[in-house]
Order: sequence, then structure tokens, then C-alpha cells
Amino acid sequence: MSQKDTSDRFNQDQTVIRVVNLVKSFGGRRVLDGVNLEVRRGETMVIMGGSGCGKSTLLRHMIGSLFPDEGYVELFGQNLNELDDKSLDSLRLRFGILFQSGALYNSMTVGENVALPLREHTNLDEDTIQIMVKIKLEQVGLRYAENLMPSEISGGMKKRAGLARAIALDPEILFYDEPSAGLDPVTSAEIDQLIMDLSRKLGVTSVVVTHEMDSAFRIADRMAMLDAGKMLKIGPRSEFEALRDGPETGDEQLDLIRQFIRGDSDGPITRRRSSAGFMEDVLGVAED
Amino acid sequence: MSDTVKKHGLIEVIGAAVLNGISYIGGMALLLSDTVKTTIETFKRPSSRRAIVMQMHRVGVRSVGIVCLVQIFIGVILTLQLAPPLKPWGQVDKIANIIGVAGFRMLGPILTAVVISGFAGASIAAEIGTMVVAEEIEALRASALNPVRFLVVPRILATFVMMIFLTIIADWMIALGGYLTSLLVLAPKVSIGYWGRMQEQLRMRDVVSGLILAGVFGIIISLIACHEGLKVRGGAEGVGRATTMTVVYSIVGIVVMACIFTMIFYVFNF
Repeated sequence: MSQKDTSDRFNQDQTVIRVVNLVKSFGGRRVLDGVNLEVRRGETMVIMGGSGCGKSTLLRHMIGSLFPDEGYVELFGQNLNELDDKSLDSLRLRFGILFQSGALYNSMTVGENVALPLREHTNLDEDTIQIMVKIKLEQVGLRYAENLMPSEISGGMKKRAGLARAIALDPEILFYDEPSAGLDPVTSAEIDQLIMDLSRKLGVTSVVVTHEMDSAFRIADRMAMLDAGKMLKIGPRSEFEALRDGPETGDEQLDLIRQFIRGDSDGPITRRRSSAGFMEDVLGVAED
Repeated sequence: MSDTVKKHGLIEVIGAAVLNGISYIGGMALLLSDTVKTTIETFKRPSSRRAIVMQMHRVGVRSVGIVCLVQIFIGVILTLQLAPPLKPWGQVDKIANIIGVAGFRMLGPILTAVVISGFAGASIAAEIGTMVVAEEIEALRASALNPVRFLVVPRILATFVMMIFLTIIADWMIALGGYLTSLLVLAPKVSIGYWGRMQEQLRMRDVVSGLILAGVFGIIISLIACHEGLKVRGGAEGVGRATTMTVVYSIVGIVVMACIFTMIFYVFNF
């Protein structure tokens, strides 16, 4: 299977990630409630949703750091639930992750952070590793920071360094957790540009979890909207653009998505939030 | 806590405490078995061997000074407290014998362990806890790097080895404290033959039993520190809690282990 995957990595029709009927509860609360998603080879899939909608939890299931109560995730046709630690680890070498904070190892320099996966998972000699580190850092425009410690660089640089580390082993899939959260507009646009470069020049499949709509529309091939643990809509970017630029549809779900991507203050999301249980709450207090 | 008592009654609270205790010990046992399983793999990797040396420096070398300071004072205190009751019996020179046994069997290892639990245990817990908060542990796992091999094994091995070395130093510091006090405070004649009497009294098993304890304490402290660090949740507050609990549980663990091993040594006349 893996041999075949590598040979035709630009085959757009091939599904590399398949999420099937995923259910996950934390302390009795259903964070994911029957989520289905397919990501095809080479595309950039953006998963959107408000805070606490379960998108980070979904991402953690896709990278095998959480396991579902029901359903399963398939990466390259392999069901993560059924893999032992060793096979899961060898699968992990085929994808990279950019964590929200960059998650650099604080005790190592930027260069050592990028070198670590190469040192641990390849038999390359030290000179080759040094060259590889410079290449990866150059790709994210951070070669000058090789010898700096993570505490000495800015948030945007940390993310770029984290990205350099994530691509160290030339992964086939890259996962991004909120890549532009907490960055200024220019830095955020730079990160988006990097994501697009990696995806289009190297043919990497990208899965991006975000709630920054500018960034989402810049980079997405297809988009998915997650709300309260349910997948509301999956479709090409153009469908979401039409929804964003068009009038209200009258359909509750579509209007909810429309409000989210437009960032409107009035709509189904805010109405749901403000009306639910208010009278009961007030009357309950009065009775006490 | 008082809230829990009101809601659930005494039996449930005791039950919950027992269950928590069992699950805590179970978690540590799992971590220990993971550690044992990955130790050989760790030794095969040059980077991990370097990590062990770094940790030995951090745990051991940097705490030599404080261990020496504490233990010399213990020697001084013991000598000054033993002298008055021994005097009427004309046995003041037996201080060397008593300090030898007490220091090498128990005080050396146990007090070194207490110092190390504060010095190294707390910092290990804070370090690993901070890494959990900063998603570094998750990043390690996601890059197919086992945090146990990468972080836990070097720290446990280093603490184990350095506890033994530090205890050897500590034992001699207690003895030295006793000698200097005998010489300078009591009377020079008490100190004559001090080292000879100590050597006469001490048997190999006194020294060895103390070093076995030291090794066990080293494992307990680092295991608790790593376990507390890895289970940190919820930011800076969680890290602070892990640090405190490491020191508290370590000291409890040290005393419990000291008691268990003393019983074993007693039964087997070791």
C-alpha cells in the first residue's frame, strides 16, 4: 500500500485521510458527534469552526494522539485504532504537524529542533543533517535563526521554525493547528503563503484547522464546517465563497455557516447562544 | 474537601482516596515498566547517552555543594547531641561508632534523598510539566519519539546513579562533621582514633544497605517527578501543583521505602 502511495502522490482522486463516524466524549459531553470527512491527496482541506466546536479534538484524532469512542480514522488506508505503537510510529513519520504554539523544544536551538527528527529517524551523517537543516530553515525563511533559542524568537518565527521541523522528514501530509492564531496580519499572510507553497510545489496534502476566515479562504481547496461536534458542510471553496457573498438562504444550517464565515454579530449562532434557557435561568433564581 | 464530605459521606471519601492511591501507584508502575522496557534502546542511541550525562550533571554535580553542607551539619548536630548522654558512662569516644552506623545506614541516604527531591525532583517535574503545557510532549509523540525514552529514562537513570554517588559523599561528610566537632568542640582526645573506631564498627553490609537505599530513593524521586510532570493539566497552576506534589510524595515515598527496606534488612539480618 505504502509503495503505491508514494509512486502516485499527485493523484487527486485518492483519499489519504478518511474519518468515519467519529464519536468522542469528554466527561459526558459529546465533543465529536458522528463526524465524517475525507481528504484527498494533494489538496488543502480547511476545517473551520468556533472555539470549542471540536476541531482541535478532530485534529488530534487524525494524528493518533487521541482515540475515538466510536468510529475510526484511516490514514493511507490504515485504521489508526487497529495499529500497535510501532506501526503507528512508522505512520507518524509520513506526516508532520505544526502545533498552535509551534511546540519547539525549549532546551534546544532552532537548528537542533529541526535536526532532531533527522537524527532520530534517519541514518544520515552529521554533515548531511546540517545541510538538510539549512535547507529546511531556508524554506521557511529562518536560516539566520539557526543558532537562536526558542525563547529568543517571536511567535511568528516559532511557528515558522515549527513548520521547518514538521517538514524535516518530507512528510506526505501536514496538519496545521490554528496556524495564524495570534499573529499580525502580515506574518499571518506569510504563513499562509508558506502553506500554499508547500502544498502546491511539493504536493503535500494539508489539513488546516482554523477560525481565521481570511486565511481559510486564501489557502483552502475544500472547506469543512464543524459545529457542536457535527460536520455541517463539506465542499469546495467556491461554494463557501458563494455562501459568504450571497444573501441569507433561510436554511438554518447554511445561515449559521454564513454568519460564521462573514463574522456577523447577528445570526443563528448568536441567537442560539443568547436565547437558550434564559427565562428558566431567571425564574430558577427567583424561586431559590 | 469539606464539600465532598458533606455530599458523599465518610465511606465514599475514604473509598475515593484509596482508589486514587491505587490508580496513582498503578500509573507509576506503568511508567516504571515503560522505563525498564526502553532502557536498553536508550543506551543504543548516542543522543540519549548524551542526555543521560547532561541529566547526571544537572541532578548530581550541581547538588554536591548543598548535600555536603547539609550532611556536615548533621554530623555536627549528632556529635553534640550524643556527647552529653555518653559522658557519664565514659563512652564519648563511641560517638565514632554510632555516627558510622547511623550515617552510613540511614542518615546519609535519607537526607541526601530529601535534598535531591527538592533540588532535582521539583525541577524535573516543573520542566516536564512545562513541556506538557507547551505541547512539546505531544510534538514528541507525533514525531514518533517516545517521551519515556527521550525524557523519563535519562532522568531516572541519572537520578539513580547520582543518588548513589552523592550518598557516598554524604556518608563521609557526616563522618567528617563528627570528627571536626570531636576535635574542635569536645576534646582532641575524643578525636584520637576516631576513624579507626568507625572502621572497626562499620561492616560492609552497613555501607551496602545504605547505598541500596540510596538507589531506591533515586528511582522513587525521579519516577514521582516524571509522573507528576507528565500528568500536568491546565497551565502554570498545574505545573506549580506538580512541583509541590513531587516534593510531598517523594518525602512520603522515601520514608515508606526506608521503613520497608529496614524491615527487610532486619528480617534477613543484613
